[in-house]
Amino acid sequence: MNTRSMRKHVAAGAVALLAVGALAGCSGDGSDSSDGTTTLTFWHNGTADPILSIWQDAVDEYEKANPDITIDVVPIQNEDFQTKIPLALSSDSPPDIYFNQGGGLLATQVQSGQVADITEYTSDWIGDLGAAAGNWAIDDVQYGVPYASQVVGFWYRTDLFAQAGITATPTTLDELNDTVDKLKAAGIAPIAVGGKDRWPDAFYYNTFAVRECGEDVLKKGLADADLSDECFTKAGQAVIDFIATEPFQEGFNGTPAQQGAGSSAGLVANGKAAMELQGTWDKSVMQGLTDTDLGPLLGWFPFPAVSGGDGDPSATLGGGDGFSCTQKHAEQCADFLKFLLSDDIQTKLVESEVVAIPVKEAASAAITDPVIKSVYEFNSEAAYVQTYFDIALPTGVGSALNDAVANLFSGKGTADSVAEAVKAAK
Amino acid sequence: MSTTTAVVTPPVTTAAGAPSPQGAPRRRSSLRKRLELLLLLAPASVLFVAFVFFPLVAAAYYSLFDWNGFGPLTRFVGFDNYAKALGDPLFQGAIGHNLFIVIASLVVQLPLSIALALLLNGKIRGRTGLRLLVFTPYVLSEAVTAVIWLSLLQPNGVVDGLLEGVGLGGVVQLWLADQNVVMFTLFAVITWKYIGFGIILFLAGLQGVPDELREAAQIDGATGWQTTRLIVLPLLGPTVRIWIFLSIIGSLQLFDLVWIMTLGGPAGASTTMASYLIDRGFRRYEFGFGSAVAIILFVFCFVFALFYQRFALRRDTQGALTGRVE
Repeated sequence: MNTRSMRKHVAAGAVALLAVGALAGCSGDGSDSSDGTTTLTFWHNGTADPILSIWQDAVDEYEKANPDITIDVVPIQNEDFQTKIPLALSSDSPPDIYFNQGGGLLATQVQSGQVADITEYTSDWIGDLGAAAGNWAIDDVQYGVPYASQVVGFWYRTDLFAQAGITATPTTLDELNDTVDKLKAAGIAPIAVGGKDRWPDAFYYNTFAVRECGEDVLKKGLADADLSDECFTKAGQAVIDFIATEPFQEGFNGTPAQQGAGSSAGLVANGKAAMELQGTWDKSVMQGLTDTDLGPLLGWFPFPAVSGGDGDPSATLGGGDGFSCTQKHAEQCADFLKFLLSDDIQTKLVESEVVAIPVKEAASAAITDPVIKSVYEFNSEAAYVQTYFDIALPTGVGSALNDAVANLFSGKGTADSVAEAVKAAK
Repeated sequence: MSTTTAVVTPPVTTAAGAPSPQGAPRRRSSLRKRLELLLLLAPASVLFVAFVFFPLVAAAYYSLFDWNGFGPLTRFVGFDNYAKALGDPLFQGAIGHNLFIVIASLVVQLPLSIALALLLNGKIRGRTGLRLLVFTPYVLSEAVTAVIWLSLLQPNGVVDGLLEGVGLGGVVQLWLADQNVVMFTLFAVITWKYIGFGIILFLAGLQGVPDELREAAQIDGATGWQTTRLIVLPLLGPTVRIWIFLSIIGSLQLFDLVWIMTLGGPAGASTTMASYLIDRGFRRYEFGFGSAVAIILFVFCFVFALFYQRFALRRDTQGALTGRVE
């Protein structure tokens, strides 16, 4: 071998080693280094301002107060969480702190054995969060904490309602149908729905079920993933009947929920449709899709009462956003979450309007917008808040429910088909 | 494209491991050759095993369990997942949608891209500009293409406006919301995106058609159409066969566009095998079931690739035509 080919071999060998090294290097994780500092990895879904800066500022402040802790912040697009979390939780380096929405989704994640029981570390202050924290507990074991609550109701354009001669928001289903007719007569698309994404369709079935079913039947049905009670059939029929009144925008089955001016949120934001049944976050989504200040143009009303239903008309569909910890640094994670839920940071979230319903009551003083205030009060006075069915149920079953409701919106299925889909996916 | 790699790999390894019957002077160089092969192939082999072979074996293993991705694999169900998938009308529909794209591509895209390539191969003004123009969509990622078309195709959107503007308001459909229309819409977008690739491929193929043959045909009195049909098209054969191969594999694996534009909806009317697999795997956390679907999809592509290599591409890989032309 001459030196030249020798050098070639060395180079090739180096490449091979590098490749192997790169593979091995993939498994970096938050860990304790020799100088006594602990690095925590923090996955959240606030990829855009203002919430992106609020979390970052909070981390900076926490690190300053706790020099032995370093927090590695990783903002991840909301939709990506669904694919990243199962992979992360089956690896040996899951994030130490991560975003989730509680309920059956969290229960599914707990099966990985990686989600930490933080009951002991949160017991002093969990009471301050009110009923919302219950959605992050499974059999009295706390697996996470919420930072925001949400309720589902109708966001509507006050200007378009006025244009159609509507003076009061509907409080019963009949009045809602009247409102739809008046809007149609005025040439305005009454309701926008993001049918492509399926979960907005499910809001209708879920809400009708909240109206048709008594609280006990509803809770039991979801806990057992068994929707065979008659009231769920009535909810399915109510959805079919409501779709038959043609209240939605043209081509609603192809409309995305939140992306772009053509989405259901975009249609309302740009005055192309009068209302949308959505969660509390929708106002900030809509504002992001138009240059017009929507503040004075938007109103909110709860889903109307349904005559003959067993449900309490003040009950509502809703949910929340929160964080969970994984085993390795559970105590440090819980301490950081306590800081994250301080009145101060809660107030910042409210002031920036990314959170309409803070979990800490003290922060509600910062609500200035009268519409947001009415949403907050509705939530406080609600008989109970039923978590979105797809989150309340185990994940596979929840998605099957959304798909079955979306099929109803496409004209496929019967009043019982949602219950049947849930049974099949169980 | 992993399938093609899988098919090509075995002969290479055999060559590397072939014993050398030669004597001492040769042995040193054969040792050196082996060492070289080892060093040069090692990185690629490590990557191939880590990112293609191992995941494949793992998926095959997972596919035998009822598993939601969390916790240990405990519920062994044998081939139930396969039976469940193949018996699901939604998955059967998905296979149908893939086959629709496969056939529509062959029937529409193939003649269209050959015709456009012939056109762009002629001496016309602004040829470079036109070539650039038809190739541009191919450069865009599928995700970008999907997002653009998703907004263009919304009701009363840009596409509808354009059609109405030129007096074709009557053909306007609910492009993405109508179950009977959505596959055609997706096919049109796929064609828009991939036609440029076909054209470039055929343009390259046309460069391999020697001018002498055309001239000889002309001297023999062949018309332009006869020259094209009897000389150019047959010599384009190898390119056509490669295009068909890439097109069918691409159609079978169709995912990005569908996922972004329709999520497989409405009511499953545009579900493909790949979108069904992601939907079940990642949206429903049925990872065992999803793995079974992935294996079915793999077998589809693999069997097709094997047969195609064996029967259609063999003459090309053996250089039957290309060798002589050079």
